[in-house]
Amino acid sequence: MRVRVPTPTFQRSARDALADTQLRTNLARATHTIRTKRAAAVAELDDWEELREAGRAIKARTLRHLDRYLLQLEESVTRAGGIVHWAPDAGAANRIVAEVAQAHGVDEVVKVKSITTDEIGLNTALTRAGIEATETDLAELIIQLAGESSSHILVPAVHKNRAEIKELFRAKLGATGLSDEPADIAEAARVHLRAKFLSARMAVSGANFAVAETGSVLVVESEGNGRMCLTLPEVLVTVMGIEKVLPVWADLEVFLQLLPRSSTGERMNPYTSVWTGVHEGDGPKEFHLVLLDNGRTRALADPVGRDALQCIRCSACLNICPVYERTGGHAYNSVYPGPIGAIITPQLEDSKSADTLPYASSLCGACYEVCPVKIDIPKILIHLRGKAVAKKQDQGWRAKADPEVLGMKALASVFSDRSRYERVQKLARAGQWPLVRRGAISRLPGPLSAWTTVRDAPAVPEQTFREWWRANR
Amino acid sequence: MRAELFITCFNDTLFPDTGRAVVEVLERQGVTVGFPFEQTCCGQMHYNTGYQSEALPLIRRFVDVFGDAEAVVSASASCAGMVRDIYPMAAEQAGDEGLARAVAALAPRVHEFSQYLVEVLGVDDVGAYFPHRVTYHPTCHSLRMLHVGDAPLRLLQNVAGIELVELERADECCGFGGTFAIKNADTSAAILSDKTRNILNTRSEVCAALDTSCLMHIGGALRRGRAGVRTMHLAEILAHTQDGG
Amino acid sequence: MSGRDAVLARIRSALSDVPPSETPEDVEVARTYRRRTNWTREELVERLAQRLVEYKASVRRALAGEVAATVADACARRAVRRLVVPEVLESSWIPPGLEILRDQGLTSEELDASDGVLTGCRLAIAETGTIVLDGGADQGRRALSLVPDYHLCVVPVDRIVGTIPEAIEALESDGQAGLRAVTFISGPSATSDIEFRRVEGVHGPRTLDVVLST
Repeated sequence: MRVRVPTPTFQRSARDALADTQLRTNLARATHTIRTKRAAAVAELDDWEELREAGRAIKARTLRHLDRYLLQLEESVTRAGGIVHWAPDAGAANRIVAEVAQAHGVDEVVKVKSITTDEIGLNTALTRAGIEATETDLAELIIQLAGESSSHILVPAVHKNRAEIKELFRAKLGATGLSDEPADIAEAARVHLRAKFLSARMAVSGANFAVAETGSVLVVESEGNGRMCLTLPEVLVTVMGIEKVLPVWADLEVFLQLLPRSSTGERMNPYTSVWTGVHEGDGPKEFHLVLLDNGRTRALADPVGRDALQCIRCSACLNICPVYERTGGHAYNSVYPGPIGAIITPQLEDSKSADTLPYASSLCGACYEVCPVKIDIPKILIHLRGKAVAKKQDQGWRAKADPEVLGMKALASVFSDRSRYERVQKLARAGQWPLVRRGAISRLPGPLSAWTTVRDAPAVPEQTFREWWRANR
Repeated sequence: MRAELFITCFNDTLFPDTGRAVVEVLERQGVTVGFPFEQTCCGQMHYNTGYQSEALPLIRRFVDVFGDAEAVVSASASCAGMVRDIYPMAAEQAGDEGLARAVAALAPRVHEFSQYLVEVLGVDDVGAYFPHRVTYHPTCHSLRMLHVGDAPLRLLQNVAGIELVELERADECCGFGGTFAIKNADTSAAILSDKTRNILNTRSEVCAALDTSCLMHIGGALRRGRAGVRTMHLAEILAHTQDGG
Repeated sequence: MSGRDAVLARIRSALSDVPPSETPEDVEVARTYRRRTNWTREELVERLAQRLVEYKASVRRALAGEVAATVADACARRAVRRLVVPEVLESSWIPPGLEILRDQGLTSEELDASDGVLTGCRLAIAETGTIVLDGGADQGRRALSLVPDYHLCVVPVDRIVGTIPEAIEALESDGQAGLRAVTFISGPSATSDIEFRRVEGVHGPRTLDVVLST
């Protein structure tokens, strides 16, 4: 009997992650480095705020008319010799990819990093169909060798430092005599993958953008493994979330500025590839575009939550977040961690664990400040918290007994009437005496004990403000 | 000039000295301060935790209580932000046009304390005297939601006798986040540990801010660690004068 | 119901709050960002050169008649003997003394066994140090500038534009956007995957030399 272990809550996973001192050190170093770079890259442009506003508006326009743009995209891609598929869910998408491979008698595919394909569990599905998927992105290769999952949407192995990576390459690739200089590690990856690139017959990629007007698809990358996969094999399958479509070619002028500066803090990433359908004598002879829903229409249906689909996957929000910086991505139990993960995951999937993600935030707002398309992440977090609470309260008698629900309702009742409020103030003061030592409380009872595990709490003073006002004014 | 004091539920109950200091500083500037007793809570904690339907009556109550005020001065930045930024959204979400109108009329008259001094009264020197080493932590709501800018620092810089020390990584969150401090206590503590480390590195005696809620969290840890550093709301510093105010 | 029908139905249902009369143009997009600069030709050249050097590409200048000599010099310094060129490359750019592999269907192995590739470009972007290839005659198919470990690129200075918007506009100005595969190259291959530090030299050409020709 297969026992289904429920995915842990964020609170639980975070607690474990926070205790990992190597992880904490790696994350602090990496996030602080990239924050400085991003800030410098953005400061160079006087029109950054105008670009952000244009980015937001283009995405808003696209989402409100998504069906129209997807149909236009399908038409353009087909006209250019590509084949378009529509996948309502992960299973459908995986089936399509496997079928293309099987139709060509291919049992090994090379992959360009695509968190979307991680989302749908493509590699596992292909393995089950007897097809091996080789990750060619350095970070994806690292986590594939480590048997782990991605912890960051842009740099999936950010939770590992160079020493750990060197050790992994030594153990799994037999790369002996390797130093932990990143250049050496990169060289080892190059050697390992070169032969695969030159002989692969089919590649699978994601896409950063697709232009409805022309049918052009874009992959934005650094290493060149994308170019290898997109150019050399005969068959290319691109799996793309439906929200990635852009209306017109000209829109690229906005996003090709917003993305590199927000993600790796560069003026431009090393390689951006643009292709449209099939190009004669240049690149794959067969191109498939799989348009993936897999819960995106759930987000689309929520007029507030929908904005989360504007995301261009830059990861600036992850890199600035005080929570992500300390817990890392695995604590979110989702391929989409960090602030964007906290608002997209609970919309894509309906689960108890995902419902804890909107609470994985102190609402500091730093993410909103750096988001290149101005997603109001704090607003959506609060909105999703509301949905989670409503869901909890819908669960009948269990909700009525939930301590938090009871406490919040009681407090709301207290605040709704002045004399009740003033009475409770007096009661709190009167009742606190067993807990107070020298003007402070070092141990609070029940759920409030979480406060006093690391902090003292103030004692209620002898006189409330309003009592003082009454007595003295 | 007249202003109604929005004391906030936790200042009222736990930090009355902050309220007293706000009143004192405002009155020294010639402002007549009123205190509507019907005020209780702005509903921020409920709203932000996902209890929006429980918060709505509290929002209506606030608008009722303060609706006629010439100006409302809040003793907490986050609560001022709640009224100015979140109330309009909440009214829209509730589909209540009457409330939305009332909020639109009231919100611009609700001010965070330091913004009221600097932007409304046009004052950045309140004649304060506080000969102590102080560092200032810009709370997230005041920094990113209210955009108080350099108002608090200008006020502090003009305090006679003060030794003001810059806080490293000042604009990073302290980890309080309201109910986040309870619901995700471990992460909150981890974020707090870096904030307290940076505060201790300034070797200041006092850490000041615009939110006693964040200061309760920071101060609670400093006190637990017997660090010998105390926290004060900006108003409490500004209320100190040469005559031992 | 096909996957297509299912997805489209869900989208339409999800967007039921959008008034049926609303058109995409009703959602305003303010394009007030900077679209072009007023940099002079020399400033464009300077800036492009500076950015390329920051990416660890090396930059040479050559007058129109000197390109072949400059190519020869660059290849000599990099010990490049077997040089791939697109089928229809400007022959005045090719110096004597090298083994020239003209692309008439070179295999990946042949490309891999070469020492480098020489191409022109469609345009270059000064602000970001980007070279743009679009498969035109002097560039050839994409594999040519990808597989060899050394890419020597000739950039005629009158093809340098200032900004990304100018480049995007230029690429569709001849109605060709979408008809050719385009590659934006900003420096040699690199990764930021290890501790977020950019490290050069992964899968694409690890060395990029640029000749700015007037």
